[in-house]
Amino acid sequence: MSQTIARPPDIHLGTDYIGRPTSRVDGPAKVTGAAKYAAEFNVPGRYYGVVVSSPVTKGKITKIHSAPVLALPGVVQVFSHENAPALASLDKSYKDDGALGGSPFRPLHAPRILFSQQPVALVVAETFELARYAAFILKIDYEAEPHATDLETQRDAGFEPGKGKFGFQPPPAPRGNAKQAYEQAPHRHEAEYTHLAQHSNPMETFATTVEWLGDGNKLNIYDKTQGAHNVQRYITKVFGLSKDEARVVSKYTGGGFGGGLRPQYQVFMAVLAALELKHSVRVSLTRQQMFSLGHRPHTLQYLRLAADDHGALQSVRHAALAETSQFENFTEDVVSWSGLLYQCENVKLDYRLARIDANSPIDMRAPGAATGSFALECAMDELAYKAGVDPLAFRLLNYAERDQNENKPFSSKKLRECYHQGAAKFGWENRNPAPRSTREGPLLVGYGMATGCWHASQQKAAAKARLTADGRLTVSSASNDIGTGTYTIMTQIAAQTLGLPLEAVTFVLGDTSLPEAPLQGGSWTAASVGTAVKNTCDELAKKLLGLAQKMDDSPLAGVGFEDVQFVDGQIRRNDDITQSVVIRDVLQASGEEKLEVESGATPDTAKQLPYSMHSHNAVFVEVKVDEDLGTVHVTRVVNAVAAGRILNPKTARSQVLGSVVWGIGMALMEESVMDHRIGRYMNHNFAEYHIPVMADIHDIDVVLVEEEDDIVNPLGVKGIGEVGLLGVAAAVANAVYHATGKRVRDLPVSIDKLL
Amino acid sequence: MNSFTFTQAPGVAAAVREHAAHEGAAYLGGGTNLVDLMKENVARPAHLIGLKHLPLAAIESTPDGGLRLGALATNADTAYHPEVEKRYPLLAQAILAGASPQLRNMATNGGNLLQRTRCYYFYDLATPCNKREPGSGCSAIGGYNRVCGILGTSESCIATHPSDMCVALAALEAVVRVSGPNGERTIEFADFHRLPGDTPERDNNLQKGELITALDLPANGFSQRFSYLKLRDRSSYAFALVSVAAALELDGNTITAARLALGGVAHKPWRDPEAEALLIGQPATADTFGRAAARALAGARGYGPNTFKIELARRAVVRALRQATEMTPAPDDNAFQNSNP
Ligand SMILES: Cc1cc2nc3c(=O)[nH]c(=O)nc-3n(C[C@H](O)[C@H](O)[C@H](O)COP(=O)(O)OP(=O)(O)OC[C@H]3O[C@@H](n4cnc5c(N)ncnc54)[C@H](O)[C@@H]3O)c2cc1C
Ligand code: SF4
Repeated sequence: MSQTIARPPDIHLGTDYIGRPTSRVDGPAKVTGAAKYAAEFNVPGRYYGVVVSSPVTKGKITKIHSAPVLALPGVVQVFSHENAPALASLDKSYKDDGALGGSPFRPLHAPRILFSQQPVALVVAETFELARYAAFILKIDYEAEPHATDLETQRDAGFEPGKGKFGFQPPPAPRGNAKQAYEQAPHRHEAEYTHLAQHSNPMETFATTVEWLGDGNKLNIYDKTQGAHNVQRYITKVFGLSKDEARVVSKYTGGGFGGGLRPQYQVFMAVLAALELKHSVRVSLTRQQMFSLGHRPHTLQYLRLAADDHGALQSVRHAALAETSQFENFTEDVVSWSGLLYQCENVKLDYRLARIDANSPIDMRAPGAATGSFALECAMDELAYKAGVDPLAFRLLNYAERDQNENKPFSSKKLRECYHQGAAKFGWENRNPAPRSTREGPLLVGYGMATGCWHASQQKAAAKARLTADGRLTVSSASNDIGTGTYTIMTQIAAQTLGLPLEAVTFVLGDTSLPEAPLQGGSWTAASVGTAVKNTCDELAKKLLGLAQKMDDSPLAGVGFEDVQFVDGQIRRNDDITQSVVIRDVLQASGEEKLEVESGATPDTAKQLPYSMHSHNAVFVEVKVDEDLGTVHVTRVVNAVAAGRILNPKTARSQVLGSVVWGIGMALMEESVMDHRIGRYMNHNFAEYHIPVMADIHDIDVVLVEEEDDIVNPLGVKGIGEVGLLGVAAAVANAVYHATGKRVRDLPVSIDKLL
Repeated sequence: MNSFTFTQAPGVAAAVREHAAHEGAAYLGGGTNLVDLMKENVARPAHLIGLKHLPLAAIESTPDGGLRLGALATNADTAYHPEVEKRYPLLAQAILAGASPQLRNMATNGGNLLQRTRCYYFYDLATPCNKREPGSGCSAIGGYNRVCGILGTSESCIATHPSDMCVALAALEAVVRVSGPNGERTIEFADFHRLPGDTPERDNNLQKGELITALDLPANGFSQRFSYLKLRDRSSYAFALVSVAAALELDGNTITAARLALGGVAHKPWRDPEAEALLIGQPATADTFGRAAARALAGARGYGPNTFKIELARRAVVRALRQATEMTPAPDDNAFQNSNP
């Protein structure tokens, strides 16, 4: 039988890579600079395009004074709505795989200004410096109109978005009677929790290099994206190109965090310029322009919870109001977690949007859940105090054994183990429950905890595997590695399935010439592409066995696929492992130069449908607060995560470490602050949009809780890119309360709020 | 960024001549502020004069027992210089509380004095700003002004001077040595930076074309009792919301000499002689510190988002004075800050 992944053999096998801590296979390329990012493809003779952003928030462009700019020697063209060619006319051509309900923004299409820093022109020149200078002196006249950018003033303008983007489900229908149960319960809590917009700001800013190949309209599009095929579909639809003409390549992505789930405007502009000028063009955004892209939306959340005298939850009410743009409905799942995480018979959940004059939000790491779990988990902590129950005990008491939103059992749920293992490692039992009870010198010490939950999903994916006579295996799929470790885990899966050493296997991704993979997002890549790689390699293994059986005096003659194993570069009989064939020899003996298989995987919906599939985590946090000065340090974090099978504990741990750092930033620092008089985010740079630095990060302990799940997918993986973030911000805020007795319900917990 | 010409000046006199000979000339130190401002089109010099070859990188003792810091010595070389560490630890601490190791390796002492405000609007050409464009208006008043000032502000501008190093230099009463078209002169640190008044475009009292050559530190470095306390939105690599340089001399528990300067609160490092006077001759107690703090903040005015700075500054003054008295590091910020360099 081919090496089954679900149950590893007892004996340790050399090529048994799955579950083994494995360093990134792309690590050396990244640290030596060999890894090329979108703006680093130095195609010869390229032009440079610099984007001009609107200083106006709402209104229209009345005139673009291009002439003086075009008169500068070396300036090639100024593109704007005035001279952009006629492109696809219907909205549906502009709808990408991550598109929202509504009408997608079309760059350089009309004089109308819909948000501050909207791209209004692209200045193309022979050098970057000249393009940047020309973009600066380009004079544009605007007619400004009054705008409204503050969600606070739109509280009464909320509307139910219905179905929006792919995968979004409106909140489940109410169950029981949340209002009545609340009024009758002895312990009650209600409060509002808020945060402003946040921008994901991956280190690599969005950039595209388009290589003009000259043959008709043929282009190589090197783009920063989380989905090469998504960009290709968008570009081919908008510009009327064939797939052959628009090859999209994205080998390395310097952070995605959701920003790359939709084609951003620089790829549109670079392609437009390349096609019009019949020339290679590069366009990269500045850090400030990164604040013109999608963001985690400013959200106001109302939570009302009640418990009985035993601490049993009686009522859950969670209503969220989030910003969206004037032209699209950005939807994310903020509230359903409140009906899912805890057992409760009376639940009412609402999710509404209100329009402001800003760009559409976009998914940002654990979209919706990061927002919702912050509010829910802070509210749970507050109610635990009111009910006089330890916050951890309170959660165990209300543990959901079943998904009450969907009325389904969980495919697996080791959240209880997360609580127990996390608490033990953290030393939760040492906690004196009284706020302000623990001091260390002049500092107040607080412990807080919280829970998170994220979807375990799988999407359709394809892969190709090619074994050559030199014994090398190349596996490919047009997925992405946004720093998650995709290159590495796919290499591990392929190597183990065919019993080849890791060094003999190369995984190739990020290119539309490869078999299609879903957008790299939703924590589904390991499950989706992983299963496709596994299936494809299994099929290759079957072919290989066929050839091996044709060899002279083959010891494998007549045995079935189930009766052999692929290990250590050999195919061996299970009943006598000394009866084996060296894989390298098989192709050579057959006279074939290579063996190639293209296959894939689709989710087994019949198997999955009866179940609710989720990953979970429990976060425990210690903070030290200098009360006089309002400073908070997160000195210890234990994050226990149950996310199915862990393919690579090393990269999985990195994912969770990064999530914790992100969560600390969300709790203490991150916010994009608008001046509503001008409708513009003002702290639009890394000096003033704060994220943690090394000095903010202390002990972080990651516990990967064992969890078996044969429902989610054949590999049993649930994905770990997002779940680790959940609960971190709430745990920090709860710990701050425990330390100081102060509740901060408006993130971030900055100095001014603790004075 | 506009087009500009560039020369590397061979010496001080040549640099000053170059400056006089070019309209829109600017000196280039480490470039960590000027080049950023050029990229944002806030600064648009037509001619840059590189200072790298000027013989101004030395740190040497002066005959009167003080120390001369060359204008081109880097912030890092200054902070880690043995004489600075030993005799002026307050200055070392302040420098190391600023920016990041990479920036401090590039930044020069002269450039540090002349770095410009971090007011959000100053950096964003889409918004009015009197400092950037005199007469256009001040967006920070009535806008997002978390980083802006609470003391010595004007109707034209409420920006702060963002330097940490300068707060210590103000407390230590450094003297700025400059060389210009009209020769050499010295400027007392307290007179170097300006309040905004109705000319916020002018940060300091340098005359056109004047080059900073050195900073002279007087003999007394208050190396026995001092504290630089910096409060910010993260533990490192962020500008001060409020910072305090405190230096004391004690006779028993009685304060005999005191220096107090605040950063992040005004258009210049803020010193209040009356607050310092309230400390002299008094016991080094929380009460005394509280009175000095109240005096230092007496004229403070908040503008909404930055109003918290008044209370924060008051508490920071008390804490810094206590730390200087006890010579204990700040329980959290300094402890964490020390992992910074
Ligand atoms: C992200 C970031 C974070 C920072 N954080 C902090 C912080 O927390 N605390 C802090 O104090 N600072 C901080 N800084 C600022 C940093 O300290 C200054 O940028 C630096 O000190 C400037 O020195 P420079 O030599 O690079 O000056 P330059 O950028 O070269 O010059 C600055 C100005 O001084 C002029 N100039 C330079 N040298 C002379 C001279 N000898 N004579 C006359 N004029 C001269 C230039 O013409 C220019 O106008 C930060 C900077 C950045 C970019
Ligand atoms: S405070 Fe000063 S720097 Fe800031 S906007 Fe007003 S004038 Fe400009």
